[in-house]
Amino acid sequence: MTPVIVLTVIGILLALAIGLVLKFFGAEVDPKVEQIGALMPGANCGGCGFAGCNDYVNAMVEGRAKPGLCPSMNKSTLAKVSEILGVVAEEKEPRMAVVCCSGDDNHAHRSAFYNGVTDCTTANAVAGGGKACPYGCLGMGTCARACPFGAIEITSAGIAKVHREICVGCGKCVAVCPRHIIKLVPKKVDVHVFCNSPEPFKFKKGVCTGACIGCRKCVRASKPGQMNITGFLASVNYDDAPDASVVDACPAKCLRLTDAPNPVPVHASAPSLAPTTGKPAPAIEPATK
Amino acid sequence: MGEYISLILGAILVNNFVLSRILGICPFLGVSKKTSTALGMGGAVIFVMTLAGLVTSIINKYVLLKYNISFMRTIVFILVIAALVQIVEILLQRISQPLYKALGIFLPLITTNCAVLGSAIICSDEMYSVVKSTVFCCASAIGFALALILFSSVREKLELAKVPVPLKGAAIALLTASILAMAFMGFSGLGG
Repeated sequence: MTPVIVLTVIGILLALAIGLVLKFFGAEVDPKVEQIGALMPGANCGGCGFAGCNDYVNAMVEGRAKPGLCPSMNKSTLAKVSEILGVVAEEKEPRMAVVCCSGDDNHAHRSAFYNGVTDCTTANAVAGGGKACPYGCLGMGTCARACPFGAIEITSAGIAKVHREICVGCGKCVAVCPRHIIKLVPKKVDVHVFCNSPEPFKFKKGVCTGACIGCRKCVRASKPGQMNITGFLASVNYDDAPDASVVDACPAKCLRLTDAPNPVPVHASAPSLAPTTGKPAPAIEPATK
Repeated sequence: MGEYISLILGAILVNNFVLSRILGICPFLGVSKKTSTALGMGGAVIFVMTLAGLVTSIINKYVLLKYNISFMRTIVFILVIAALVQIVEILLQRISQPLYKALGIFLPLITTNCAVLGSAIICSDEMYSVVKSTVFCCASAIGFALALILFSSVREKLELAKVPVPLKGAAIALLTASILAMAFMGFSGLGG
């Protein structure tokens, strides 16, 4: 019994000591900091450009930053924060991340049997992992683990997929993707090119059946300037985006809507050169809202 | 008097906490990029360790040994050190904001700095008296600060040096630390 009593007494005494020191010697914190801090999402995603929520709150209170930079703050909270600060709220264009790749296990060829650590950065360092396309999504979930909101799913076909309703557009996944295939785009644009390879047509067709073939049909189906072609890769002009109907023009089905599923090719057996996967990457489920 | 001199010299140079006992490597590598931060961290560790040595030896002598519950010493010492670090953090935030910001996460990390717990446990193992424990802990912390400051000035020079690519960053830092540790082996002839 003695040890329990001793520990409890020491704990209470120390807690009292801390409390007294805090009361009499504690640094004065601006009450605004505490009020706003309570309203922040607390995910420390860094989407505002500061090192975490606390840093951003300090910057706002000191007048170094404006409210509204936080990507995951909703309008009513933003209004409250602006009221506390006494400034007019400025809204940020909502953005989301898009994984620009169609090369899941049904489409992408594999050039090697990768049996190492299931982490994209590691796989990419080892001669580029198993996928034949050097621009393809490796599907080992480095982005999904980096996402503070759990918005990225690794599908059963082995590719990362961002869930629009959860993604706040903080850009953490963009920074960690070793292949730089995740883009931050305006949330209101619904049409994306799910291919990121600027390689020639012949090479692309050899490694992936889902690649953009550079046929220019989307350019013709949209207004001038809405779709661009650089080499063999189409891109959406996000400042002047085409209508959703333009996706029907794409024969390769790499121009798709944000939530449209990646079509399974008719010859559904995976066109792999090597065994498809060594050990399957653990599926990462999106967070339930 | 001679006993104390050899105790102090022994703790600072011969059995240096970082370079000889290999304790507290995390802050040693983490805060040694700039000499100014190293000085701040060294000061904070000296303060915390001296205080921790004093308080833990008092608790050890008048509570743990009295009630014969020495087996509780790790958890009690950790509790005391954690509370002390909290107090130092609150005081530092008020006294020096730049230093508080420069130390950043390493100040709370003193809580889990094994050098602090290590010194308290060594004192209790060696059955040092309260005064001797405090002197020993203070000297150990000075040794820690010395190693940290020496190492940080070496690393500042290292920034300008041409380091082979595979050794950049932590690798070259550990190599430098090992050479520094070998240099400190020269003090082993001093006794203590």
